[in-house]
Amino acid sequence: MNAIGAILGDFLATLGRATLFLLQLLLAVPRALLRPRLLLRQIYMVGQLSLIIIVISGAFIGMVLALEGYRTLSNFGATSSLGILVALSVIRELGPVVTALLFAGRAGSALAAEIGLMRATDQLSGMEMMAVDPLAYVAAPRFLAGFIAMPLLASIFSVMAIGAAGGYFVGVIWLGVDPGAYWSQIHQGVEVLDIRQSLIKSLVFGATVSWIAVFQGYHSAPTSEGVSRATTSTVVMSSLAILALDFVLTAFMFSQ
Amino acid sequence: MNPVVTAMPNDQPGPALVQVRGLRFGYGRKLIFDGVDMDFARGRITAIMGPSGTGKTTLLRLIGGQWRPQAGGITFDGVDIHRQNRAGLYRLRKRMGMLFQNGALLTDLSVFENVAFPLREHTQLPESMIRDLVLLKLQAVGLRGARDLFPEELSGGMARRVALARAMALEPELVMYDEPFTGQDPISMGVLMRLVRTVNDALGLTSIVVSHDVVEVMSISDYVYVISGGKVIAQGEPDQVRQTSSERARQFLDGRPDGPVAFHYPAQSLAEDLGLEAA
Ligand SMILES: Nc1ncnc2c1ncn2[C@@H]1O[C@H](COP(=O)(O)OP(=O)(O)OP(=O)(O)O)[C@@H](O)[C@H]1O
Ligand SMILES: [Mg+2]
Repeated sequence: MNAIGAILGDFLATLGRATLFLLQLLLAVPRALLRPRLLLRQIYMVGQLSLIIIVISGAFIGMVLALEGYRTLSNFGATSSLGILVALSVIRELGPVVTALLFAGRAGSALAAEIGLMRATDQLSGMEMMAVDPLAYVAAPRFLAGFIAMPLLASIFSVMAIGAAGGYFVGVIWLGVDPGAYWSQIHQGVEVLDIRQSLIKSLVFGATVSWIAVFQGYHSAPTSEGVSRATTSTVVMSSLAILALDFVLTAFMFSQ
Repeated sequence: MNPVVTAMPNDQPGPALVQVRGLRFGYGRKLIFDGVDMDFARGRITAIMGPSGTGKTTLLRLIGGQWRPQAGGITFDGVDIHRQNRAGLYRLRKRMGMLFQNGALLTDLSVFENVAFPLREHTQLPESMIRDLVLLKLQAVGLRGARDLFPEELSGGMARRVALARAMALEPELVMYDEPFTGQDPISMGVLMRLVRTVNDALGLTSIVVSHDVVEVMSISDYVYVISGGKVIAQGEPDQVRQTSSERARQFLDGRPDGPVAFHYPAQSLAEDLGLEAA
């Protein structure tokens, strides 16, 4: 009982500090926008880190979806609907969620480690002593970069999963679904609303993962153990947060 | 502006640039300073010495406004460092340069860009002038040829020299050196000691040097504080401090293992720990 109380207390204290940190981070965002070169570099860095793994995962998840979907649909003689099945699953759900999980594991952990090492080697203190705010110079550009890169990465994932290397490859080229039907179903079935909801999810996940990563790195203990703890907690906490938020967002969007 | 002239270590007129009064500071329950008074006179080099772990680095961070004292205060040019908002604190910090114990170079920038960093952040100087300034600072520490290297390609001593060039880039009024001579070979040590002295005198700076190298730092400083156990245990001009009668200070300055300052962390006797007593 006591142990649960302690864990809960710890969690609430961390959540409080993280919220305060988020406010400081948001206040530093305008100053970070004044350094577009720094921001572009960070977007390039996080994007480049996660691009390959996201492209490959997108293709494979699209192929598996098409295989499974084809088997189920063929029971109803509805294999011409394969396109819309793949497209909606990917756009509404798998695109944002899987991309965010991969992004947390690849870019999030790297961000936390990088900032944690800067803390451990006094680089952040050094900046402070040079009258340069590390929140504006280090933390905010990385936070923004994650926020901006996530929707782009999720779109790339979706295109891979639905298109040539994923669902289209298995469904049309391998299993022989009519290509005209595959695309026209997608064209008619996917609405602007679906894409907008997908975008909202990616933006929320991107902001959450980069917030957690930057917070963990910035507040890590200045030791090698502290840095390793920051990277692990970033991946664990981000993944849990993504799954929980996905449920909340989906439930909310259904009710509309 | 202040007509009251405080008593100065060097009988020099005018209040000290940095004044520490009744400083009390601790990390959590661990008390590091317990009522410390210090003056860092303008235009002088003041040395801070003391055993490892007494809080020399902590003192520099307090002066830089990174930590907040629990009691007492520190003023810089008459301004209370710890009663500033962020903008005020940053204005003060632009007038200070600090050399960190481990260099604290930005690892994603080259040597050149590290030294240029404060200039780019705080001045509107044209690129050609930044280049000249950076090369001159690097020349002074003997590393002009290393401008394109990255921090991971430097030795510890080289990194500290780059950090020194960076600390002086904005030509601050106060420079704080945390162990500038550690890890330097005898040649660079001699060069750096002369550099600290000449920069101080030529630019009219005020310098604070933290160091364990008793003989060397005594030879270049104008005033010396020895701190231990949260207090100042000896102070004065180098000659006075060399003659000090304080047992603790004597032991530190002469490097004797036995005396009032314990080398060993408190523990049971060695024989007991090794189980020899029982046999
Ligand atoms: N961030 C911190 N949190 C808690 N304790 C700290 C922190 N930084 C330093 N200390 C403790 O404060 C004491 C003084 O540390 P400080 O780094 O100021 O010593 P120092 O005099 O510079 O030593 P050295 O000569 O070895 O560099 C040490 O005992 C250290 O364990
Ligand atoms: Mg130190």
